[in-house]
Amino acid sequence: MTSSPFSFSLDRRHFLAGAASLAALSAGFITNASAQSTDTPKKGGVLKLGIGGGSTTDNLDPRILKDWVPVNQAFMIMNGLVEIDANNHAVPELFESWEAQPGAVEWVFKLRQGVTFHNGKNLTVEDVIYSINLHRGETTSAARSVASALKSVDKLSDTEVKIVLESGNADLPYILSDYHFLVVPEGWTDFNKPVGTGPFVFESYDPGVRSRFTRNPNYWKPNAAHVDAVEVIVINDISARTNAMMSGQVHAINQLDFKTVDLLRRNPNLNIVQSAGGQHFTFLMDCTQAPYTDNNIRLAIKHAIDREQLLKTALRGYGRLGNDHPIPSSDRFYAADLPQRPYDPEKAKFYLKQAGLDALKIEISASDAAFSGAVDAAAIFRTSAAKGGIDVSIKREPADGYWDNVWMKAPFCMSYWGGRPTADQMLTIAYQSTSAQNDTHWKNETFDKKLIEARALLDDAKRKEIYAELQSLISNEGGAMIPMFGDYLDATSKKLKGVTTHPMFNFMGARLAEKVWLDA
Amino acid sequence: MTTLILKRVALGILTLLLVSALIFAGTQLLPGDVASAILGQNATPESLAVLRADLGLDQPLLHRYFSWLGGFVTGDLGNSLANHQPVADLLWPRFWNTMALALYAAVVSVPVAVTLGLFSAILRGSLFDRAVNIVALAFVSLPEYFLGLLLILFVSVQYNLLPSLADTYPGMGFADWLKATTLPALTLVLVTVAQMLRMTRTAVLAVMDQAYVETAYLKGLRTRRAVLRHALPNAAAPIVNVVSFNVAYLITGVVLVEAVFNYNGLGRFMVDAVSKRDLPLVQAAALVFGAAYVILNIIADISAIALNPRLRHPR
Repeated sequence: MTSSPFSFSLDRRHFLAGAASLAALSAGFITNASAQSTDTPKKGGVLKLGIGGGSTTDNLDPRILKDWVPVNQAFMIMNGLVEIDANNHAVPELFESWEAQPGAVEWVFKLRQGVTFHNGKNLTVEDVIYSINLHRGETTSAARSVASALKSVDKLSDTEVKIVLESGNADLPYILSDYHFLVVPEGWTDFNKPVGTGPFVFESYDPGVRSRFTRNPNYWKPNAAHVDAVEVIVINDISARTNAMMSGQVHAINQLDFKTVDLLRRNPNLNIVQSAGGQHFTFLMDCTQAPYTDNNIRLAIKHAIDREQLLKTALRGYGRLGNDHPIPSSDRFYAADLPQRPYDPEKAKFYLKQAGLDALKIEISASDAAFSGAVDAAAIFRTSAAKGGIDVSIKREPADGYWDNVWMKAPFCMSYWGGRPTADQMLTIAYQSTSAQNDTHWKNETFDKKLIEARALLDDAKRKEIYAELQSLISNEGGAMIPMFGDYLDATSKKLKGVTTHPMFNFMGARLAEKVWLDA
Repeated sequence: MTTLILKRVALGILTLLLVSALIFAGTQLLPGDVASAILGQNATPESLAVLRADLGLDQPLLHRYFSWLGGFVTGDLGNSLANHQPVADLLWPRFWNTMALALYAAVVSVPVAVTLGLFSAILRGSLFDRAVNIVALAFVSLPEYFLGLLLILFVSVQYNLLPSLADTYPGMGFADWLKATTLPALTLVLVTVAQMLRMTRTAVLAVMDQAYVETAYLKGLRTRRAVLRHALPNAAAPIVNVVSFNVAYLITGVVLVEAVFNYNGLGRFMVDAVSKRDLPLVQAAALVFGAAYVILNIIADISAIALNPRLRHPR
């Protein structure tokens, strides 16, 4: 019990000081993209997962997947077309290989052979086309806008699908890794009880409460689906989730609270999984509303925030510094050469002077609806901005209706973005001037032009160059101040082996259940 | 007596009608209309009109209220907005879960509270009396979610005796069910015992100070008989009252406890529905809670009448 989370005599400072010597008695950290190579997978056992982000109104229809519980459950039953691996590369899943014609408009995907659905049916090209078409045309699919890039999806042969795009996009395999593109048999409509080719077979499912799926004995993936069954218990309340982990009732929980990670760290039976990814927190300036129409003002504000302190306070250090553009360091096109913008009150004053001002009074709209801790983050910004001659007042907005009434409407407000699989998607959705979600209302013709140019390039070196340019453009001229990226945090039992980090989402890109095994 | 009881029942029905009107009005008072709340940023004038017609929002207010109420009375609670499933299918299983937990807590807390209250009345001023009262007051002073977390901390995390998750599912064994729900039930017991205990003690003491109890002692009765035979029946009405009040709380006040222990009951369901803006679910859950409260209060009133000879045989 010496390292229990509630031995009050051991405060955090002492704990950290003695952490090295106590290493054997405290939680482990998983920050690697590859599992320990010495472990060999074991079969058997019932995996219990405590997942937050589910509701009584969920179902497993690939068209409406939205929150973490159904997404994880869907990946237990069904497979995707393309998978994003732990190193952020697109790797084959049901599509075995692919090839693009020059210009990246026409693509041919080869279908994996010898795969069967849980009902015994063989996987065919028709099933894949039906599954993709669920998201195309007149549909309620959440992936409809993503799928609108596909001009046609046709059968080329019994093993090949030809996809033609509206315009060239070298990232098509990444786009098809979207978690909505799951494969069901042709004509399947009963999404309360879906059939897939996935690692587990449907047994029982009570939306928003729990589910139990058993191992698919005929699973096609080698070295996967190790446990006999997987039970999902929906635990939306973060403290209930943490308690379930602490008392050993579940083997893993997702989405830890940044504020309590340090408490969990003291539990010797746990590993903390810390994955760097694309989710980032933004301070949005509307480039069409005064005073943010002037780039000098925007630059003054970008220099007036103490990023280090914000990261330390709001995220307890579980994140990375942001450089006022949305591309994370885990992305292959990350502009590593762009110098990190420092906290520089003098520079902020300089830019104010450039704008013809001695001091600036602004108001920021904040609510924890933007992200947990957003109001605190605004307060930290207020303190650090004062030294740069910027007087910030915080307008607390109700969490209800924040996305309808404040986001994209207030001149200066707080928000966040989840990660996207590719730099192109992230830049397109939030910064292309024609995007409906261009939440800084920024318009830059060079940016728009180069974005489309880079999209169709199959030469990665050339693309990297252009994307570096685009990141620098957003950083120096855009309307978003992006001070930090937050890591994805999960906790897993030390009995659970095979756990790795993943750049997309919690729980190994929502595919944890098929990859891990229980060590007695 | 029958008229009295009928009066109470009529009053209860009137209260429920008022509650239903309030619930309905409350959900209508939300800024904007329900259709635009559901569609949010995807709202176009056409889709709004279609959805309004779908939901019957184009009907006059009173008409909507009475058709909703009429549906409720006949058991049709409408459909969920989010997934179009009948509200009743989602609601009743969870209602019975909540009832089961409340029953478990009541079966423990009522006898414990009344017994402890009796003893502390008999042993007034003793060390036992004081200790029981201080402990009970301490527990009632803690908010139930905090108490729940303390129990989890010591019973689950520290000593691993009972699970912190009240993870129940259809078809689980009774022993497993008991194990899973003991901590939330214990939390509810600790929160409710104090009030019932103190009310029992006060009621019994008030009666014991009266002349006829003294007479009972003087004619040589032992304390046990004096209390059980003479004092308790006359103190019963206020005790029954506070007991039913607390049982009503066990059903309606469990929202936080269900959240802390992740128990699949009506309270957690309602929280879920509120966060998804699924108004038919919210309305139905609120009305069920209201009904439980009113019905238990009617039962309390009727029991009080039945236990009081003066009300039983009015002159």
